[in-house]
Formats: sequence, C-alpha cells, structure tokens
Amino acid sequence: MTDSAASFDIDVRQGVLKLAPRGDWRARFLGGLDDPLRDFADDSVGRDLVIDMAAVERLDTVGAMMLQRTMHSCTSRTSTSEFLNASEAQAALLKQVESHLDPCHVEPLHGNIVVVLIDRLGRGVADAYFASLEVMSFIGLTLSTAWRVLFNPKKMRWTSTVYHMEEAGLNAMPIVGLMSFLIGAVVAFMGAKILRMFNADIFTVELVGISVLREFGVLLSAILIAGRSGSAFTAQIGSMKIREEIDAMRVLGLDPMEVLVLPRVIALVIMLPILALVASVLGVIGGGLVAAMAMDISPALFVSRFQETIVINHFWAGLIKAPFFAFVIAIIGCFQGMEVEGSAESLGQRTTLSVVQALFLVILIDAFFAMFYLEIDF
Amino acid sequence: MTDAGGDGKHVIEVEGLKTQFGDFVVHEDLDLNVERGEILGVVGGSGTGKSVLMRAIIGLKRPSAGAVRIFGEDYYQASDKDREAIEERWGVLFQGGALFSSLTVAQNVMAPLKEHLNLPEELVRDIAALKISMSGLPEEAGAKYPSELSGGMKKRAGLARALALDPEIVFLDEPTAGLDPIGAAKFDELIVNLKESLGLTVFMVTHDLDTLHATCDRVAVLAEKRVMACGPLEEVRKTDHPWIQEYFSGPRGRAALAHKASEGMS
Repeated sequence: MTDSAASFDIDVRQGVLKLAPRGDWRARFLGGLDDPLRDFADDSVGRDLVIDMAAVERLDTVGAMMLQRTMHSCTSRTSTSEFLNASEAQAALLKQVESHLDPCHVEPLHGNIVVVLIDRLGRGVADAYFASLEVMSFIGLTLSTAWRVLFNPKKMRWTSTVYHMEEAGLNAMPIVGLMSFLIGAVVAFMGAKILRMFNADIFTVELVGISVLREFGVLLSAILIAGRSGSAFTAQIGSMKIREEIDAMRVLGLDPMEVLVLPRVIALVIMLPILALVASVLGVIGGGLVAAMAMDISPALFVSRFQETIVINHFWAGLIKAPFFAFVIAIIGCFQGMEVEGSAESLGQRTTLSVVQALFLVILIDAFFAMFYLEIDF
Repeated sequence: MTDAGGDGKHVIEVEGLKTQFGDFVVHEDLDLNVERGEILGVVGGSGTGKSVLMRAIIGLKRPSAGAVRIFGEDYYQASDKDREAIEERWGVLFQGGALFSSLTVAQNVMAPLKEHLNLPEELVRDIAALKISMSGLPEEAGAKYPSELSGGMKKRAGLARALALDPEIVFLDEPTAGLDPIGAAKFDELIVNLKESLGLTVFMVTHDLDTLHATCDRVAVLAEKRVMACGPLEEVRKTDHPWIQEYFSGPRGRAALAHKASEGMS
C-alpha cells in the first residue's frame, strides 16, 4: 500500500502557513513524522497556520493530537488559524483531543541522588530501630498473653495448636531427617579424608558426634522450619490481615494474639526440639553409615567409641537451643504477618522479610550460645 | 473509520459457543453478535458466566465448541500473526483495572505502545499523557503507582491503557462496580463520550442498571447458559422470562427507569 504511509506538505500562501497532511495518519505510521513536525512547529511559532485535512484518509487520536499540538504551538491563534476540510468524524476527533494536550510526568520526581541515598540510609536505620522495638513489644505481648492463658487454660486453642504441631512439626520430619542424614554423611566423608592423613580415622566418630549433636541437628532443623513454617505463618496471618479477618476477630472480641499467635508459637516451641532430636539421631546414623562403608570403622566400633567419647552434654547443648530458635521463628513469622498492609505485594515482601530475619536471628542466637557455652565450659 | 474484515456490520460474532470448567457447562450453544459502533451491555445473574463469555471472546478461556469471530476472523483458528493483529485492535478493561503494579500509570499506558508500535519515546510519552487526560485522570496521576490510586482512578487508568492503541473494540468488565454513584455516572458519561468521538464499539459486562440505561444501545441477557434476549433495552424488558422480569421490574430496575424518564423530561 503506497498511499498508506503518512506525510505532509508545507506551503505559504499570502503570509499564511498551510500544512497539508496526507495519507494514513494513524499511530503506527507516524513514528517518522514526529520530529519533522516538532521542527516545523518550532519554526512557525507565532505564525498563522491553516491545516488542510482534505487528503487525510484516516485519523486516530495520535494523528489528531500531533496536528492539534502543531496548531497550538502557534501562539497567536487568530481566526485565520484553523482546520480546513475536516470530515465530521475528524473534526470530532480533533475536538476531543484538543483539551488533553498537556504532558504529564511518567515517573515520580527524583531528587538529588546523594540526598536520596542519604535519605534512604537514614530511613533504613530508623526503620530498623523502630522495627526492633516493635518486635520487642510483640514478644512482650505474646508472653503476657501466654501468662494470661496459663491461668485461664480454657482460653487455650488446643485444636489450632495441635494442627500447627502436625503441619509445622510432623509433616516436616521426613525432609528434616533426610537433610540431617545427608549432612551427617557429608561431615563423615570430609573427616575421613582429612583425618586419614594424620592416621586418625577413628576421630571421625567424635567429629560427627559433636558437630551433629551440638550444631547441625538443631541448626538445620531451625533453618528448614524458618523457611517452611515461618514463611507460612506470615502468609497465613498476612492474607487474613488483607481480607480484614483480623479486624473482624477484634470486633467480635477474639484476641488475635490468643487465637493466631499463641498456638503457632507453642506448636513450634514443642515441635522444634523433637525435630532437632530426630535430626541429630539421623545425622549420627548418616555419619556412622559412611564410616562403615568408606572407612574401616564397623558399626559396633562406631557405637562403642561414640559411647566412650561423646558425653551427654553435647546432646543437651544442642537441644537446649531448639526452643529458643522455635520461639524466634514463630514470633518473627507472626509479627511479619501482622505487619502486612493492604496489598499482595506487601504480603510478598513481608514473607521474604520473615524468612530472612528469622534465619539471621537463629544464627545470631546460635553464636551467642556458642560464646556462652565456651565461657561456662559446657 | 470502518476497516476491512467481516461484513463490516458485526465486529464480534459468537456462534454456538460452549464453555465449560471440567464437567460444569457455563455456556451451551450461545450466539451473540456485536454491531460496529454500538455499546452492548451484557447482564445476567451471578454465576451465569458474563465474565466467562468476555474471557472466551478475548481469548483467555478457550471454548470447547463453537466459534468466536472478531472482524470476521475466527480468533481461535487464526495464526499467531493474525491473532496479534486482532489483539492490537481491541482494548480490555479488567474489573480491578489490572494495572501492572511495578509501573506507574503513564508507564502502564506506554507498555502496549512500546510493544506494538515503533514510535519515538517523546511521542509515546505525549500519547500516554493524552490517553490519561482523556480518561479523566488529573495530570499528576501519570507518575503515580497503582497502589497510590483509588478504585475509581484505577479504573480510569485501566481504561487509559485499554485505549492506548486506539482500539476499535473496548471490553469493559463491570466498569462501574465498586464506584460511588457520582463516580459511576461520570464513568458512564466518559464511555459514551469516548464512544462517540472515537467511534468505539463497546462490549460491557455490568450489573449496574443505571449504567445500562445511561449507556447501552443494546442489552444481552445471559440465562440458562445462553443469550435469552438481545436487543434495545425497551424490547428486552418486555421479554417474558422470570429472571428478566424480576431484574428490570424489581424495585431497583424501576428506580433506574424512573430516573431515566425524569432525565428525559427535564
């Protein structure tokens, strides 16, 4: 179609500029005409302009806008500035776009980049400060709710608690066990390889025993639960928040702390030690299996050596940490869920935050415990 | 601005349409034509598949039988290229606006322009500003993110995006749902105004009786899995079907009618 492309002619008659657009003035054909038309408009500021529409076959809002824009850039609009020979539809279109020619901003205005960066840093620090205060007060609220429920056990939501124990604890057992089993095996492999150089193969038992019982069993369970249940708590409570279910609860006289938060916290505090126990057992079994297969440490030797050298303290040192981890994971999960505002994006952000913060705090607490154990020689 | 394709009169032809979700049949043997340049209102009780019909026409819900012809071209049989050509010629306003949340309003409007047309950036910005203004949004709205807009503004922004490519057909899913009566009336006015000046064909799913009275040239009533009645409002209202009678002659239907009549007199 040779005639489909758009073009325009310019011509001066008795001191009046005449613009004659031709062809198909629809958006797809106008890409190349934008700059020439702007140049023309810049050159003809203040002059009278007549636009002859006779040769325009088709017109859409974009074409009409470009013509109107050109017309309006002639500041001294007199009676001689006008559109000629416009069909009824074209005139209607030209009229429709005429009042909508002002440009608008596409993006929010950004200030100076340095100022913005400093501003963001300041906000980040302030937010972190206030968020930590809020977490503290949330912990306080949870504990006071727990205290209240302790003296009024009828208020305890057993169904919900047991449901979360199953969902967050029992259902997580296979994956926690498998992961710990594999890590135990990996630790044994590494130990076997390096300890053999010193002719100290048998210390693989201590390596596996101490690392799995003190750290890996409980830490892996906590990390997995933070990813699996902490995020789930945030998503559950957050979506309830979005649907105004939390508000509905408050209005009906139900305490969300009692109904939603406490059962989850209690469920995790009960279940994480059990998961950690299972993880420790399977981790040691994984290590023992590797010791038997890759080295000459028979299961009988492994067990007797294990009994001789690994004192029960290692086991308790690991297990004591579990309820603390569980408490932190559940609190952060529920807290972030309660902080969800309005939209689904907020839910996504909060869920991510929940996992990141829970993991961070778990590892931080683990480090404190390590220092504490070192000081008291545990 | 008539274009080639079809016999020119019917821009959308739905023939023998059957849609289902699993064993649940939503439409069966449904026929519906939309004429060029009209505003067609689709009404029906909850669950009669108004939105599903719209989704079947715009290619989001593949029908299990029947044909959907747009500009004379069978949408579900067309090649990818033809399908894209059809998609450039329609615009859709979803119920909640369905704006891309990571983009500002202006960037939302610019998205289809950048995808389909090869235009200089400056012109694209001007076009976005034009459509935003035409949809009745203030200038400042362009730089705002969808989460900063009210429900009514979101719908207007969605309409601006639907109009970005100067479509010939605009699909509106419950355009006035959730708006206050003043906002709804303004939106009705806007749609009629745009239809007149841009020569749009409008396919509108709605519950709002006032919108039907204020805007629609024809009304199609969905019931019992098909179009029970289709025609100008006065004719449809006379149809002898219990749901139609209840819908148009119930208290709300009568109120909308009375309002329309009093407007006509003054």
